[in-house]
Amino acid sequence: MIASFDREMVWLLSVVLGTLIVSSAIGLVLKQRVAGESARAVVENLNARVRSWWVMCGVFALAVLTGGIGSLVLFGVISFAALREFITLTPTRPGDHRTLFWSFFVITPLQYYLVGIAWYGLFSILIPVYAFLFVPIRTVLAGDTESFLERIAKIQWGLMVCVYCVSHVPALLTLKIPGYENQNAKLLFYFVLVVQLSDVLQYVWGKWLGRHKIAPNVSPNKTWEGFLGGVGSATLIGAALWWATPFNPWQAAGMSLVITLMGFAGGLTMSAIKRDRGVKDYGTLIEGHGGMLDRIDSICFAAPIFFHMTRYFFTD
Amino acid sequence: MIAALLAGASRLISGANVRWVDCQPTSRQRLYFANHTSHLDFVLIWSALPPAARVVTRPVAAREYWERGRMRKYFASRIFNAVLIDRKVSPHDNPVDRIIDAMGDRHSVILFPEGTRGSGAEIDSFKSGLYHICARKTGLELVPVYLENLNRILPKGEFLPVPLLSSVTFGPPMGLQPGESKAAFLERARAAVWNLRRA
Repeated sequence: MIASFDREMVWLLSVVLGTLIVSSAIGLVLKQRVAGESARAVVENLNARVRSWWVMCGVFALAVLTGGIGSLVLFGVISFAALREFITLTPTRPGDHRTLFWSFFVITPLQYYLVGIAWYGLFSILIPVYAFLFVPIRTVLAGDTESFLERIAKIQWGLMVCVYCVSHVPALLTLKIPGYENQNAKLLFYFVLVVQLSDVLQYVWGKWLGRHKIAPNVSPNKTWEGFLGGVGSATLIGAALWWATPFNPWQAAGMSLVITLMGFAGGLTMSAIKRDRGVKDYGTLIEGHGGMLDRIDSICFAAPIFFHMTRYFFTD
Repeated sequence: MIAALLAGASRLISGANVRWVDCQPTSRQRLYFANHTSHLDFVLIWSALPPAARVVTRPVAAREYWERGRMRKYFASRIFNAVLIDRKVSPHDNPVDRIIDAMGDRHSVILFPEGTRGSGAEIDSFKSGLYHICARKTGLELVPVYLENLNRILPKGEFLPVPLLSSVTFGPPMGLQPGESKAAFLERARAAVWNLRRA
């Protein structure tokens, strides 16, 4: 599976590159203009984000351009790192050790292998059916019944969010869309671009106009202004990029709206989990290390929905 | 070469976040002491040290474990340059003597004063060896080290590690104070490790 390097792909890459250059330039100007302690901190934070975006876009572009295997490996590594963060934050007991070993070293690679060989019938049920039954079976064999239901539910949820959901991003490459053969790398790029742009735009709109908090108990930084502005502008951008997808402009707008809403829901849900765990002991541990789950929370929720909507409406 | 690879691999497996709190890394002679929950413990402390300090730092480990099998023997003697001691004190072989001999005036050591691996939920009371070493080597710098989550990565009785994230925290150096009693010193040392949990 070799990604085609066609004109639209070049355009997509140029859009990303252009956005990064413009953001870096704005960051540089703001850094020189802005005065005051708190404003400077905001600009420094913005610039740090832009810098990490350069790195992430570079890695991502490289993975997509090397075709199927590159994306598969990249998202496999992302899943592994995310699961690692998730389980670290989750209090498990010694009785879970073997189950966890299976989750990391058998279930996760197997899921990506199945995506790699495009076995839709199995990769779409491996975790929600087989792993969900396997996890309690393997755990019960260890004989520790303390908080049993809680423990298995946490491992199942970790696998679901970090592995199953994320694996639907490279799974986009397996879809056979009439008239769009060998161009799926663009669809993958488009999906990640719209979801991540929505995150960034929600942050920017929120910083700019944010007044009314949307869920103060869960995520104090999320505001109605950020939500509406971010989702709205990302949907418009998604619609404007329709030429890179198998969708027409209206369909692209609809798809973008759904995935940005799912992305928002994902960010909110993962914040709630962090908040819940944050009061526990492992809160400090993730510091300086964390980040993978923070970056991909919106992708987790949007990917399976985008995959299935595209599969249902646009494949034979 | 093997040592550098091993240090890198163990850092990768344990996803270790290394922090130095009011303590600077140095290759001066020191005694590092830590809570003990996993076989990975000393490897991780050792790999968290800068290479210059690593080559002069010797872990203190149980002879009956590290002399079983050729691989372990090779690692203990060639890579880690471990100081192997018998956990049971016998009249003709005092572990404190062995440790002090092994340190000379150049080597640092890594010691787990609990003597055996705990569950990770709390730190057991310290064995008196730490006190006797300090009493005989005056002015020795002691560095408390707190290891978090290693008991979950490789718990007692398991042989396959699960790659969770862990942390190694080096705390402010301390020493035996003049006139300090054995019990008070051991308790102070234990508290120094325990308090790094929240540092």
